Amino acid sequence: MPELRTEEMTINMGPQHPSTHGVLRVELVLDGEIVVDAIPHIGYLHRCFEKHSESMNDYQQVIPYVDRMDYVAAMSNELGYAIAVERMLEIEVPERVEYIRVIMAELQRIASHLLAIGTYGLDIGAFTPFLHCFRDRERILEIFESACGARLLYNYIWVGGLSHDVPSNFKDKVRDFINYFPPKIKGYNDLLTYNKIFIDRTADVGVLPPEVALNYAASGPVLRGSGVDWDLRRNDPYSIYDRFEFDVVVGKGEMGTVGDCWDRYIVRVREMEQSVRIIEQAVEQMPDEGDVKAAVPKRIRPPEAEIYARTETPRGELGYYIISDGSMSPFRVKGRSPCFVNLSVLPAISRGSMIADIVAIIGSIDIVLGEIDR
Amino acid sequence: MVETLEQFLPHPLLAIIMHAALPMVIVFPYVLFAVWLERKVSAHMQDRLGPMRTGGWHGWSQTIADMIKMIQKEDIVPSRSDKFLFKFAPFLAFMGAYAAFAVIPFSSEYIGAHLDVGAFYILAVTSVVTLSILMAGWASNNKWSLLGAMRTSAQIVSYEVPTVVAVLSVIVATGTLNLMTISEMQTGTIFNWLIFSNPFLLIAFVLYFISSLAEVNRTPFDLPESESELVGGFQTEYSGMRWGMFMLTEYADMLLVSLLGSVLFFGAWNSPFGDFMSGPVWGVFWMVSKGMFFIFVMMWLRWTLPRLRVDQLMDVCWKYLIPIAFINLVLVALWEMLF
Amino acid sequence: MKRYFKDIWDSFYTIAIGMGVTFRHLFRKSVTIQYPDIKPELTERARNRLYVNMDDCIGCDQCSKACPVNCITIETVKAVPPDDLGVTSTGNPKRLWVTKFDIDIAKCCYCGLCVYPCPTECIKMTDVYEFSEFDRHNLVYNYSTMTPSEVEEAKGKFEKWQADKAAAKKSSTEKKKEGSEKPKAKQQESGEGKRSDSPEDKKSES
Repeated sequence: MPELRTEEMTINMGPQHPSTHGVLRVELVLDGEIVVDAIPHIGYLHRCFEKHSESMNDYQQVIPYVDRMDYVAAMSNELGYAIAVERMLEIEVPERVEYIRVIMAELQRIASHLLAIGTYGLDIGAFTPFLHCFRDRERILEIFESACGARLLYNYIWVGGLSHDVPSNFKDKVRDFINYFPPKIKGYNDLLTYNKIFIDRTADVGVLPPEVALNYAASGPVLRGSGVDWDLRRNDPYSIYDRFEFDVVVGKGEMGTVGDCWDRYIVRVREMEQSVRIIEQAVEQMPDEGDVKAAVPKRIRPPEAEIYARTETPRGELGYYIISDGSMSPFRVKGRSPCFVNLSVLPAISRGSMIADIVAIIGSIDIVLGEIDR
Repeated sequence: MVETLEQFLPHPLLAIIMHAALPMVIVFPYVLFAVWLERKVSAHMQDRLGPMRTGGWHGWSQTIADMIKMIQKEDIVPSRSDKFLFKFAPFLAFMGAYAAFAVIPFSSEYIGAHLDVGAFYILAVTSVVTLSILMAGWASNNKWSLLGAMRTSAQIVSYEVPTVVAVLSVIVATGTLNLMTISEMQTGTIFNWLIFSNPFLLIAFVLYFISSLAEVNRTPFDLPESESELVGGFQTEYSGMRWGMFMLTEYADMLLVSLLGSVLFFGAWNSPFGDFMSGPVWGVFWMVSKGMFFIFVMMWLRWTLPRLRVDQLMDVCWKYLIPIAFINLVLVALWEMLF
Repeated sequence: MKRYFKDIWDSFYTIAIGMGVTFRHLFRKSVTIQYPDIKPELTERARNRLYVNMDDCIGCDQCSKACPVNCITIETVKAVPPDDLGVTSTGNPKRLWVTKFDIDIAKCCYCGLCVYPCPTECIKMTDVYEFSEFDRHNLVYNYSTMTPSEVEEAKGKFEKWQADKAAAKKSSTEKKKEGSEKPKAKQQESGEGKRSDSPEDKKSES
């Protein structure tokens, strides 16, 4: 048979594309349906977050901007920033605040993972799990709304405390949720996780070997999906995470190879179960009475210093590098975005796969463009 | 039936046109209803309500409003597209789908064309849809559309094989290609239906149903459109009523394969209760309700399942459906020979 | 070969389970509400449109400073002795005419940071969330209750007061340093035709 003359086709996936999760643009070089190369281009959602922070009047004003980095997990972002500034100021926050923060951060983790697995189903072509996830996420948002009045961008965790105390029925609401939620996970598993077509689409696709994941400094579920047992909540405990008992979920390659898309997906599903465990313990231990603000000066003026504080957000290691020049506003705020780092593995793991796999891989990395571009 | 119409109408040509337009009476309201039903089914499966406002009761007139909106929309033709093919493709698609209704026996009294090769005709004429999709994808001058169109042609051409073999199983069992004759053979109670006459025809039906899903591009085989990968596949550049025509075709195709399925396996226009509720008018009722049941199952599947990948799609066809279909054909023939 | 049949079985089995889940949901009560007809109940702390109770505003500019997106613009004029603006409901004396209190709600990011520093609790976030407009300019809310003529009047009074004060000061300094050179007072025409406004006075005012 004479050899067919074929040529590669370059095609733009995004920035306007239903499954690039925002405004990511991936330049695909295709040989038929096979991807020869995938080059992500970012920057379509750049809002000068870091530069803005430098021109704020005080450290508190940065928090609404921090919310808007990873807008589906705003609580976790606030927590990281608050911890960073608190370490600079060397202040201790009250016990009750720590518990509320942990509960909020873990609820946020569940909410964020629900969105991740829901949209992942959508990427693969299943529509229904997405709305089921939203139904349950709504319950978490209701708890947040009752606590701080906002549903998405909370501005709740402040430097040295919280904006409000939680409402009086907070514990009951959280208990209701942790009783309601675990059976729903089974529903997702029946509908999506163990579906044969879903497994076929995700197992052995986009395999990220542990060494590669470490070389790219991936973190969060992407790293754990590759079987690396690393979770900042346990390995470098911040806040009061060292008081709780929970397992770090890692991918085991149950349906295919370790580090495939299914592993990254299942890590998220099981992390939700672990978050429920943490919340259960935190609600039991949380003191009923107490102050929700530490003794923070009205004008936050950290000493001249620089600090890097890192926390485990739903997407991985979120670090804040803050330089203070001793004035009211930060000299420099740099966010170490987990999504940005995780996205960098895309070209490495997508070569040789198909177009539909690119969608599956991007979905399994679970990026939020607001955080990548900042 | 043409003869009856000729008696009332001044010109025989008018009678023929009228006769040919009769399936429209079913197809158009059906499409409006099916789109509404799809929205409702999907909504309730997802704990939502779906359209509730337009027209009062559960938004029954939502699709009518949508259709009026689509007709009013600007007809956008991309400047670098192949204009003639681009404009013509939606009509060709609908032509292909509609032409196939000619041999569907809607009732004991009504069939568009009494063809002796009805089943063969349907299988042949539905292939026109492939052509139109390819045409639309190519003419759009858009890489995503092209990818969608290429996927479609590969998919439909492959899946025609198991469909044909499954239909062939019925032909082997009945010995005729005439769909009216096949329907008449199933008169009587539910046990006269072909699906119960031969255990291997049950397998043939499952094969037929799966491959017909692929033929009409429904989930889990909706790769040509696959909105999360190819944006909209071959429909990416279409808008307004031209897009509406593709939608119409998709739903008409769904009805077609469902009706064909009920003719071949589920007793066509026959009542399941023997003489009870049978007759030409009841025939239409039974035919449409059997069709609607399969359409409901298709919707049910669509809102449950993820989508296959293009190579897995081919695997399912060539490695699973086709070998099983051929083995099944032999078994059907053996059963017919022995009993 | 075993794998082949297992795959077929798995496909049918898992699809059937999934279909069972969706079928059960078909008859479940919907979790959504028919929004414009039924409105969701918002919590007490709901953070939506900003509202300013101008009766209580003392024009301290704290909210404007706290705003991270600078959506609040406040201009004030000092109230001069014969006018007494009274006290707010929290007991703070009002000393400034708030001639301009604009909130560009299109810029507002609903963070609520402006609410906390307010000494009189007059700016707050309400549960009103339906306020879309066809024209973006309609989203600039003018909360100031003063009419333009009132603003002019207040400004005039203040300038007059300032001028009087400056004149008094000048005369007192002149008395002190009799014979010394007179400080040059820059003549400025204002809307009401008031006399003068020296840079020194501005400095002392601030």
